[in-house]
Amino acid sequence: MEMLNKELQDQLREVFEKLEDNVTIALFTDGGDCETCNETKSFMEELSGLSEKLFVKLYTTTDNVDLAKEYNVTMVPSIVLLNAKGEYEGVKFNGIPAGHEINSLIPALLEVSGATSELPEDITKEIKSFDKAINIKVFVTLACPHCAGAVQKAHKLALMNKNIDAEMIEAQTFMEISNKFNVSGVPKIVINDEYELVGNQPIQAFLTEMQKI
Amino acid sequence: MAFQFSLDNHNIKEPTPDTLYDLIIIGGGPAGLNAALYAKRKGLDVAILTRQIGGQIINTSSVDNYLGTKNSTGVELVETFKSHVSSLDVQIAEYVDVEEITPNTAVNEHSVKLTDNRIFKGRTILLATGTNHRHLDVEGEDRLAGRGVAYCAICDAPLYKNKNVIIAGGGNSAVEAALDLAKVANHVTIVHRSQFRADKVLIDELYHNSKIDIHLQSQIKSIEGEEFMTHINVLDKENNSDFIVEADGIFIEIGNVPNSYLLKGLVEFNDLGEVIVDEKCATNIPGIYAAGDVTIVNYKQIIIATSDGAKAALAANDYINMQKAKERIENYGNVK
Ligand SMILES: Cc1cc2nc3c(=O)[nH]c(=O)nc-3n(C[C@H](O)[C@H](O)[C@H](O)COP(=O)(O)OP(=O)(O)OC[C@H]3O[C@@H](n4cnc5c(N)ncnc54)[C@H](O)[C@@H]3O)c2cc1C
Repeated sequence: MEMLNKELQDQLREVFEKLEDNVTIALFTDGGDCETCNETKSFMEELSGLSEKLFVKLYTTTDNVDLAKEYNVTMVPSIVLLNAKGEYEGVKFNGIPAGHEINSLIPALLEVSGATSELPEDITKEIKSFDKAINIKVFVTLACPHCAGAVQKAHKLALMNKNIDAEMIEAQTFMEISNKFNVSGVPKIVINDEYELVGNQPIQAFLTEMQKI
Repeated sequence: MAFQFSLDNHNIKEPTPDTLYDLIIIGGGPAGLNAALYAKRKGLDVAILTRQIGGQIINTSSVDNYLGTKNSTGVELVETFKSHVSSLDVQIAEYVDVEEITPNTAVNEHSVKLTDNRIFKGRTILLATGTNHRHLDVEGEDRLAGRGVAYCAICDAPLYKNKNVIIAGGGNSAVEAALDLAKVANHVTIVHRSQFRADKVLIDELYHNSKIDIHLQSQIKSIEGEEFMTHINVLDKENNSDFIVEADGIFIEIGNVPNSYLLKGLVEFNDLGEVIVDEKCATNIPGIYAAGDVTIVNYKQIIIATSDGAKAALAANDYINMQKAKERIENYGNVK
């Protein structure tokens, strides 16, 4: 099954020239026929075929229980990005990052590869100051044009502070958990399962909620 | 399941805070993008700072009235605009929020601050920030936002699969939202305080859809629900009686308010909060321009916003040339 057409492949090949170092895409499925698992697998394999710096490793939540636990994988399909040293830096996607979400996946791949963008000093300092474990869930739909921006910010926070774990959740695939968190509008950002933000908020709004923990 | 991919251009160069740009454009909708195209072709150094490339069109399911692009989706039109603009090496920062504009006409160096504290500098500034959703301003609306109260049909429709939804409004965007939601939802009720002012083709489609109920002359008084919205209270204005519509969600599509807050207190607005501009899109501060839906321009449409953007860019170019000529004359005087 071809997911990406020729034009997209060419565009992505060009973008991937900016990858600094290797990135491993660790894909967790349930080993069976979970919703969008096959599509996600094809998509990731096609992506990795477009750059010699991208690698895919396949895992299942049943055979790789410890690893799933280490990366906090609770849903399938789940995409965990690992840097060149094989380390998890808190960047995860639950459900297929297709549609507009390809625009949160690409910057995540670039950033994990080491092609990072700088934020001003004072904000950087504040982000680095969080010393408690923080989980950020960003609920999205694939048709939502401004959701990728919210996911990108959450992942950026995770990359800048190892206490922060940030995950995209595709709301349609994970209806149950979306209902649990009352997701009726996207993007919806839930911090430590407790503090909520609706809409593509500036990074400052994330930090204000995180300060409440 | 078939998936589509809406890939942004990830090769676009980001603007840098140390550069003095000829023109800084705030807002990457049709007005801002076309301004960038025109300014770049005049040889200006241009940066766009925007939350989102494409502006409101990206949330539009179909655009049928932009000359030359029949039956286009909003996303497709944005792609066309974007690929044209990015072929000209315009620098764009996307997913950023501008917090403050500080004009300095003494040196013609205005600064623009982002919420992440970065500051960009421009000889001229163009505000092309468009509009935001108008709120109903009724009890329950803010409290239940994101808990049944929604403003983006294209984003949130998938979450209402087999559910019952209400659409508030009677213009084109309300009717389009009703038709879009009817494709996934169990039932759609459209509630509007007066008569429809949407295009006739759309209204005809609405009346032919058996999933959609229509209440005109009906004013929403409150949105109710504890954790989640459950129903709305409505006043039937013709019979002066109240009724209730139960639903899992309400999409509010009652028009827009200008996103002009960045220039509040700095330039003149009309009563609606729209920026007052002249025929060249100039505000009352020299070097500060505004274009598109954020201004007093009549008829908020893509083609009108784009042409406004062109005017603003050409005017900014004239202004910069005049300033440079002045500086040359002054310097000439100094040398002598
Ligand atoms: C549902 C819907 C359907 C429509 N259908 C049609 C149609 O079929 N045909 C038609 O001609 N018109 C249509 N319109 C109207 C059309 O979309 C607008 O007239 C047009 O987009 C206005 O362009 P603009 O560039 O002035 O502003 P916008 O498109 O509103 O763009 C403004 C941009 O500025 C950004 N911005 C705002 N504030 C800030 C800030 N502080 N910092 C950074 N960025 C900021 C916004 O995020 C946005 O990207 C429709 C509108 C809607 C809502």
